[in-house]
Amino acid sequence: MSAASAAKPYFEEGRRGFLGWVTSTDHKRIAILYLVSMVTFFLVAVALGVLMRIEQLTMGQTIMKPTTYNALFTLHGVIMIFLFVLPGLPAVFGNFFLPILIGARDVAFPRLNLLSWYFFLAGALIAVASLFTGGGPPDTGWTFYVPYSVKTGTNVTLAVFGAFVLGFSSILTGLNFVTTIHRLRAPGMTWFRMPLFPWSLYATGWVQILATPIVGITLVLLILERLFHVGIFDPAIGGDPVLYQHLFWIYSHPAVYIMILPAMGAISEIIPTFAHRAIFGYGAIAMSSMAIAGLGSLVWAHHMFTSGLSDFSVLVFSLLTFLVAVPSAIKVFNWVATLYRGSIELTAAMLYALSFIFLFCIGGLTGLFNGALAVNVHIHDTYFIVGHFHYVMFGGTGFAFFAALHYWFPKMTGRTFSERFAKISWAPLFFGFNVLYFGMLVLGAQGMPRRYYDHLPQFHTGHVVITVGSWFLSLGVLMMFGNLLYAAFRGGRAEANPWGGVTLEWTLPSPPPAENFETVPTITAPPYQFNPESAP
Amino acid sequence: MTSHAEYHKDYQGAKIGMWLFLFSELILFGGLFIAYSAFRLRYPHEFHEASGELNAALGVANTVVLLTSSLTMALSISALQQARKRHASAFLSATIGLGALFLVNKFFEWSAKIHHGLYPGSAHLMEREPGQRLFFGLYYSMTGLHGLHVVAGVTLLSIMLVLLVRDRITPDDFVKLENSGLYWHLVDVIWIFLLPLFYLAA
Repeated sequence: MSAASAAKPYFEEGRRGFLGWVTSTDHKRIAILYLVSMVTFFLVAVALGVLMRIEQLTMGQTIMKPTTYNALFTLHGVIMIFLFVLPGLPAVFGNFFLPILIGARDVAFPRLNLLSWYFFLAGALIAVASLFTGGGPPDTGWTFYVPYSVKTGTNVTLAVFGAFVLGFSSILTGLNFVTTIHRLRAPGMTWFRMPLFPWSLYATGWVQILATPIVGITLVLLILERLFHVGIFDPAIGGDPVLYQHLFWIYSHPAVYIMILPAMGAISEIIPTFAHRAIFGYGAIAMSSMAIAGLGSLVWAHHMFTSGLSDFSVLVFSLLTFLVAVPSAIKVFNWVATLYRGSIELTAAMLYALSFIFLFCIGGLTGLFNGALAVNVHIHDTYFIVGHFHYVMFGGTGFAFFAALHYWFPKMTGRTFSERFAKISWAPLFFGFNVLYFGMLVLGAQGMPRRYYDHLPQFHTGHVVITVGSWFLSLGVLMMFGNLLYAAFRGGRAEANPWGGVTLEWTLPSPPPAENFETVPTITAPPYQFNPESAP
Repeated sequence: MTSHAEYHKDYQGAKIGMWLFLFSELILFGGLFIAYSAFRLRYPHEFHEASGELNAALGVANTVVLLTSSLTMALSISALQQARKRHASAFLSATIGLGALFLVNKFFEWSAKIHHGLYPGSAHLMEREPGQRLFFGLYYSMTGLHGLHVVAGVTLLSIMLVLLVRDRITPDDFVKLENSGLYWHLVDVIWIFLLPLFYLAA
C-alpha cells in the first residue's frame, strides 16, 4: 500500500453512492448509517414532544384531542427509547470507535454488524407502519402495560413486533462488541490498557445479550395475548398482569444501564483529553461499569412499588436501588478528580461533557428520591418521574451523545465545525433543558400526574413556564445539529489530532482509511498518558 | 471490501459469538420458564390434572427422535473432522430428517388437541378452571416457540448440507457446521426441559 492510497478516507474506498453505503460492512460506514437514521428519529420525537408541550400551554383542549395526546406520548417514548437513546452511543460511536480504540481493523463479525442495522431499520419501519394501519397509533405509553395494551383497539400488535425486531439488532450488536473485545485487541492491548469507552461497551454488551431476550419474550407473549387470548397476563382467564410488569422491567431497568453506560464511557474519554491529564481512578471507573451492569440487573421492581408487592420485597428492592448509586457516584467523583489541577480547555465537546456531569447528578439524585419507599408513593406516576428520567436519559445520555458527537466529529467526517456557534447553541439548549425538566420535578412534587392531556388551574403557571423552556430547548437542538450539518459539507479540513488526544483514534488521519491501521499498533503502556516522560 | 470478512478467520471468535447467542436464546426461553413456575406454584393441582391430558407416549417418542438427531449431528461433525465427507452429509441429512419427523409428530399432536377443543380462547377451555386454561396457554406458547426453533434449525442445517455438498464446508473449515450443531443441541436441551414440565407433570 502506497502512502497516498493509505490516506484515502474510508468513505471513498469501495463502492460509492447510496448502494455502496447500504451494502458496506465497514464498521465506520455502518456507524454513519446509524447516525443519520437516529438523528432523524430523534428530531421527529423532539417535534412530538414540543407538540405535547403546546397542548399543555392552556387549560382544556389547545391543539389536539385527548386520544391524539395519548398517541403522541406513546410515540415520543417509543421513538426516543427504542430508536435513539437505547442504541444511540453503542451503535454510532461504539461501531465507529470500538475497533479503532482497541487497535482492530473492524468488529469481529462485520456482516452481522450490517445485518444489525437492517434489523434496526426494519424494526423502525414496522413501528412507523403501526401508525397508519389497523386501529391507528398505539396509545398505551412506551411500557405497553397490560391489561390496557391487550384491550385497546389501537395497533399495539405491530408496534410491539417492531420493538421485538429492534431487540434483535441490540442483541447482535452486543454480541459483536463482546466478541470483538475478547478477540481483536491489538498486541499488547491488555484488558487494563483498554481505554474506558471500550470497557463501558463491554459491560453494555453483556447487558444487551442477557437482558434483551427477556423483553423479547415478554413482547411475544403480549402479541400472543392479543391474538389468541393465551391468558398469561389476563386475570379474567387466570393470569397475572403484575407478571407482565416484572418481566418488562427485568429487561427495561437494565436497559437504562444500556443507555447510560456507554454515555459514561464517552465522558471518560472526553474529560481527560480536555483536562490534559490522565483519568483519575482508571480501574475504579472500569470496574464500576461492571458493577453497574451487575447491580442494575437486580433493581427492576423499584418501578413497581405501588403495584402491590410484598413489604419484604419492596424493602429489598429499595436497598438494592440505593446500592446501585454507589458505582455511579464513584464515576462522578473520578471525573471531578480528573479535572482537579488539570489544564482545562473549554471546547464545545467539553462544555457538553461538563453539562452531562451536572445534569446526570440531578438525574441520579432524584432517582434516590424515587427509590425511597415513602417518597415513591407520593411521586409515583407524576411529572417528578418524567423530570427524573429526562435528566438521566436526555441530560445524561443525550448530552453525552452531543459531547461525543462534537468530540469525534472531526475524526468521523474529516471536517471542522464552528466551535463558537457550537457553544452559542449550547446556551439555549442547557437553559431550556433545565427550565423544562426542573419545572417538571417541581410540578410533579406538587402532584401533577403524568400522561394527562389537561391540567388543573393550580398547575397552570408551571405548565406555561416549562412549555416556554421546551422552545428554548428545541431551538438549541436545531442550532447544534444545523451547525454540524453545515460543517459536514462545508467545514474546513480537520487535522489528525485537533484536540491533543492520546488514544489510538488520534494516531489515524481524519477521516481514517478503510482498514484503519496500516500496521496494527503494538501497545506498551496504559491509556491516557499525556506526559509519558513525567509519568511515575 | 468483500474480502473484509475473510481475512480474519477466527474460529474461537466465531464460537464465542455463537455461545453468546445461545445465552440470549436460553434467556428468551427463561422468561417463559419464569411464567410457568409462577403459575405452577399458584395452581399446582390444576396443572397436575391438565398435564394428564397430554399424550406422554408421543412426548417421549419425540424426545427420542430429538435426542437421536443430536447424536447424528455430533456424528456428522466428527465424520467431517476425519475427512469422511459422505458420512458427514449422510448423518447431517439424518439429523434434518429427524427434525422434520419431530415437527410432523408435533403437528398431529397439536391438531388432535385443537380438534378436542383444547386451544387458547376456545369455549371448551373457558369452561375449565383458570389453572387449566393457563396450562394449555403455556403449553402452546412454549412448545410453539420451541417448534419455531426446530423449523429454524432444520432450515439452518439444510443450508449447511448444501454448503457441505458444494465443498464450502470442508474438514479444514467447518466452524459453520459446528456452530449450527451447537444451535441444534440447544433446541434439544430446551425440549428436555419441556418434556417433564408438560408431559410428565401428571
